[in-house]
Amino acid sequence: MEIYPAKEMMTVASTFAKRSRAARGARERTGAAQAAPIELRGVTKRFATPSGSMFTAVRDFDMTVGAGKFCAVVGPSGCGKSTSLTMVAGLERPSAGTVSVGGKPVDGITAGTSFMFQADALMPWKTVVGNVALGPVFRGVPKKEAESQAREWLRRVHLAGFEDHHPHQLSGGMRKRVSLAAALINEPSILLMDEPFGALDVQTKAMMSNELLGLWEQTTPSVIFVTHDLEEAIALADQVVVMTVGPGTVKAVYDIDLPRPRGAVQEIRFEPRFLELHHQIWESLREEVERAYARTASAASKPGGQS
Amino acid sequence: MSAVPVNRSSQSTAPGAIGDLAAAEEAAVTVDIGTSTRRRRMWIWGARIATLVIIIGGWQLLTSAKIVDPFFWGQPSGIVKQLNAWVQHGTTYGSIWLQIWVTFKEAVLGFVFGVAAGVIAGVLLGMFHFLADVASPYIKIANAIPRIVLGSLFTVALGLGTPSKVALASVLVFFVVFFNAFQGVREVDRNLLANARVLGASKLAIIRHVVVPSALVWIIASLHVAFGLAIIGAIVGEYLGATKGLGLVIANSQNNFNPNGVFAAMVIIAILALTAEGLIGLLERRLLSWRPPSQSEAAAAL
Repeated sequence: MEIYPAKEMMTVASTFAKRSRAARGARERTGAAQAAPIELRGVTKRFATPSGSMFTAVRDFDMTVGAGKFCAVVGPSGCGKSTSLTMVAGLERPSAGTVSVGGKPVDGITAGTSFMFQADALMPWKTVVGNVALGPVFRGVPKKEAESQAREWLRRVHLAGFEDHHPHQLSGGMRKRVSLAAALINEPSILLMDEPFGALDVQTKAMMSNELLGLWEQTTPSVIFVTHDLEEAIALADQVVVMTVGPGTVKAVYDIDLPRPRGAVQEIRFEPRFLELHHQIWESLREEVERAYARTASAASKPGGQS
Repeated sequence: MSAVPVNRSSQSTAPGAIGDLAAAEEAAVTVDIGTSTRRRRMWIWGARIATLVIIIGGWQLLTSAKIVDPFFWGQPSGIVKQLNAWVQHGTTYGSIWLQIWVTFKEAVLGFVFGVAAGVIAGVLLGMFHFLADVASPYIKIANAIPRIVLGSLFTVALGLGTPSKVALASVLVFFVVFFNAFQGVREVDRNLLANARVLGASKLAIIRHVVVPSALVWIIASLHVAFGLAIIGAIVGEYLGATKGLGLVIANSQNNFNPNGVFAAMVIIAILALTAEGLIGLLERRLLSWRPPSQSEAAAAL
């Protein structure tokens, strides 16, 4: 295992060459979109607050995700994890630095991207199949064909039989599976996930993680997975990026050399190698979490203090 | 991870695994709830009918005993007689059905134009902040003006026929629908918008698939008030100058010191408005059938 300090971080492609070759083979068979590498270089993002001052969410942020790699980003809350995702998706522009996907700088909405949000981004007025079919429909696929694709994806996430339900008739875990199908139906080259399973209970979360891994291993888009759950990050990812307290920047990058396919995430967390990695990364993350905690605590004791 | 039961009847049948005793108990509870609901409903209807009898009966008694002067305040029996006379012999301006039809037509046309304009303007201003910022002071001013006065202007400019009433009704309807549509568009879930954009939706597709369905809850809520305003627009328009319509019938009754005529026309208008309200309710249930039953509805369904 190597630790990359932020400055010297490079694409760690060689470790993954073998797996991504296999993935490429799979893609050629299915005709899916080519997974695209993601690169953030010296990215800074500032927002104007309603009171007129500037708030820096992300500062001098460098990150590289190789094609078809699964990268998890962990960090204390409010460190700009979600902001970096929105910049990769093209929903926000960086104030400084460059974001590029597949070697091309991001300009407008990044093509071939799917985004999974912490809150359900399902249209409550559409049926389950209608929601999943939205991706192809937005790309101009005829409605009939889009719906048959959607049915096929619902079968893959084990929701056959619920096609004509509305989202409010499903449980939280089922809604997540609908979101997953909706995100993957366009066969994205990059998949951005913003604490997608954050609101789920522990058991459902583990089930969803397994389901996600299984589907990702079939389609292998490049993934950035933002989470505050370190165990989840290690169990899923090839690479874990630890961010500092906000304005966030990369503190350290860890390679997760647990073999693939990983199998059940509930079991992998008892393996010695997992525990070792967890211990190392937590050492690094804990400092930042404590710093973030101290900051909010002091802001709370100062009346009117801006956090 | 189980689906919420969709079918209400499934709530009253116990799952087999629980056993016969539990099933019998649940059945007994279900019956209990059934009878208590029925009893409650009977009481409500009883109280409603009593209220009506007291008001109408009291009115009739007070006016018959000359405690209240029926010359000024009308009398229920007189109202019934007046309605009967209109049906039998028609009004001064022709058959009563013609008057009803004219007013209804004006109200519906005004409603349709007002709703269409309100939705379009609301969606546009809701989507494009620049337009909203430019238009907002003028909208505030226009909203502050007592728009009913525009009726005089329309009567002069558009004549005594249908167009002047339709114009007045549209203006009244427009603002209610506009404000709701605008608010509805502004309240669209940011996540849904971001998701649609990432999935590659064009601006038009976003309006069609995300913005309008999402704002529909707000727009439909405004339609109930809007139809009432459309009828007011039509009636006031006729009152200000017309050759036909219920508003004219009311004005004529007023000029002839005939309060029963005014009340009789009010009864007809109320029936019209309630019918329209029922139709809008049907439309609402159809368009918003995806919505989960609200807390109060779920309780009422028990």
